[in-house]
Amino acid sequence: MSKIDRVPVREQSPDIRRSNFEEVSFGYNEEEAVLEASRCLNCKRPMCVSKCPVSIDIPGFISFVKERNFDKAYEILSKYTSLPAVCGRVCPQEVQCESKCVLGIRGEPVAIGKLERFVADWALENNFKVDSDIVFNGHKVAVIGSGPSGLTCAGDLAKLGYEVTIFEALHEAGGVLTYGIPEFRLPKDKVVKPEVDKLKDLGVKIETNVIVGRTVTIDELISEEGFEAVYIGSGAGLPRFMNIPGENAKGVFSANEFLTRANLMKAYRDDYDTPIKPGKRTAVVGGGNVAMDAARTALRLGSEVYIVYRRSEEELPARREEVHHAKEEGINFELLTNPVEILSDENGWVKGIRCIRMKLGEADSSGRRRPVPIEDSEFVIDVDSVIMSIGTTPNPLISSTTSDIETNKKGCIIADDDGRTSKNRVFAGGDIVTGAATVILAMGAGKSAAKAIDDMIKNK
Amino acid sequence: MFKILSNEMIAENIYKMDILAPRVAKSAKPGQFIIVRVDDKGERVPLTISDFDSERGSVQIVVQALGHSTKKLVSLGSGEFVKDFAGPLGNASDFISEDFELLRNKKVVFVGGGVGAAPVYPQVKFFSDLGICTDVVLGFKNENFVILKNEFESLNANVHFCTDDGSFGFKGLVTDKLEELIKSKNIDIVVTIGPMIMMKFVAELTKKYDIKTIASLNTLMVDGTGMCGGCRVSVNDEIKFTCVDGPEFDAHLVDFDEAMSRQSTYKEEENHKCRLDGDLNV
Repeated sequence: MSKIDRVPVREQSPDIRRSNFEEVSFGYNEEEAVLEASRCLNCKRPMCVSKCPVSIDIPGFISFVKERNFDKAYEILSKYTSLPAVCGRVCPQEVQCESKCVLGIRGEPVAIGKLERFVADWALENNFKVDSDIVFNGHKVAVIGSGPSGLTCAGDLAKLGYEVTIFEALHEAGGVLTYGIPEFRLPKDKVVKPEVDKLKDLGVKIETNVIVGRTVTIDELISEEGFEAVYIGSGAGLPRFMNIPGENAKGVFSANEFLTRANLMKAYRDDYDTPIKPGKRTAVVGGGNVAMDAARTALRLGSEVYIVYRRSEEELPARREEVHHAKEEGINFELLTNPVEILSDENGWVKGIRCIRMKLGEADSSGRRRPVPIEDSEFVIDVDSVIMSIGTTPNPLISSTTSDIETNKKGCIIADDDGRTSKNRVFAGGDIVTGAATVILAMGAGKSAAKAIDDMIKNK
Repeated sequence: MFKILSNEMIAENIYKMDILAPRVAKSAKPGQFIIVRVDDKGERVPLTISDFDSERGSVQIVVQALGHSTKKLVSLGSGEFVKDFAGPLGNASDFISEDFELLRNKKVVFVGGGVGAAPVYPQVKFFSDLGICTDVVLGFKNENFVILKNEFESLNANVHFCTDDGSFGFKGLVTDKLEELIKSKNIDIVVTIGPMIMMKFVAELTKKYDIKTIASLNTLMVDGTGMCGGCRVSVNDEIKFTCVDGPEFDAHLVDFDEAMSRQSTYKEEENHKCRLDGDLNV
């Protein structure tokens, strides 16, 4: 194999995986990882690092993989990320680190994500832990939300000696990693739980079933419970709907509801109590990663699935890998298509989705060509289930119950690059600040905020 | 894990449970609800709060055991634990934040049905504690289903029990009793909690008399924090989420037919039963 060719990653075949929830990608074994790592040129000025939101020393960890020194590789990763097994799986490496790899100019970039995953999985499998001798500094910080942003912020602060408590509204930690991303992309017991447990090993406390804004307010956490700083990483949780006729028919779900039932509540398993209603034929509206996840989950539950997206394939916001996997599994793509009405039967159940064909016009504010409807092109896709996956907006629970915290027109909390909000001692980051984005950006925000919180407390 | 302090059957298949949940008890207000998950494999079940004691750290719920999950819940005895107990969820009743002197001059009627009588209790108690006497109309299928009789009677309120067959109290529907009250008193506000169908008919009646009416909706939901959107209802033709925008809405603007239809989404699923199913004849 020449330096140009990337070591392929083994995957479950599409025919088999379309009816199970096992992980699609098997990842590299040791031989494959070492071989792939040997492709890395170890650039003096590594551009990959500049495109990593948490600035992982990528050539550094890869050079240890080359030497089969996996524990050292893991130690390097651990310095920068608390969730390497997660990042190695769900980061959009193709537009971040891997997009800048010099090898990518003439061939395929180094599979940085797959190598990160390999090292992290190796550490989990071998129960390898980085020694840490944390000395508690006596300061208490509260973190709201146990998703990628909150976990990262908590982990970094714990390493600095803070006594950190994470407050989680649901019964399980992990945020979107737990309720949103399906098992076949991110296994919960194998990856998410162990990575969360590593934080507990650092002394981070996680209080589940606490809905900040309802169970306790931020003001109370500061004034009554003695937290010196609060980091809000509560995510962008409220699903958006299209406001088209028929949207409240039975059989219309938000992707959040569908995925929460499947992932958090394990509704796809017979031994769990939560019901789920996959249709025989399902339309998933939207083209992001969440839409792919919902579509592939519905498929695995036995549905014939259509992705309905108003722009063309080129503009699909989902990762290429996920679109590719979805196609391999047999998801149908109705591109340049926009729903106008959901039709229901006499019992109130969905029986079809009326759509209109679109064409691309002038570029809009996003820089993408705006889809415009083609006259007289309406048609109906016969489906008995519709999953809306057109984005989410910030949850107002915290902003509406916290004094002096500023939000913008979209309801996002306003924070500077280090996560400082308008409210003294209160920081925020991740989707609650940016609107729905990626796991790794949320982690980057958690990291910056941890540093800013440390500065604030140390310098007061 | 949350400890069950007591569990008592108070009517046919209806149980009153006290759960130790200090954080919830401390913040709970009339009008709010909780989500309970019995064990690792359980679903998240929303249930209204029927009382709370912040000093003791306990929250009381009234549960009708109908489906798999509620049956599992009521089978637990005192000293046992439920896995998760999250709350309080939803907005507190508007009354809480109103000027008490203004409230004093209002004639309020509460209309509850079936286990919906339970969440009426903390609201009536709130008024009673302020020294304001309200009218309360509570409807049940028959005397075997009457709940919280002593609790309601201990409050400063005119309580009117109704049963379909007249086996206890007034014979007839809550709407019949309510119409009597409307005709005899100058009623300002009606608050209704119970099966959707009952709330729909209450709303239709009060609309005729142009009386402001608030309904507390019990919709399907998963997380209770706004995330799943499963609890969406049309209020004045706008989509609202019961968990973050409600659970109380202007009853005259709620699309009850749609809400009832949505509530039956998972009806066929063996393991799942809506908590109010089967008790529509109040």
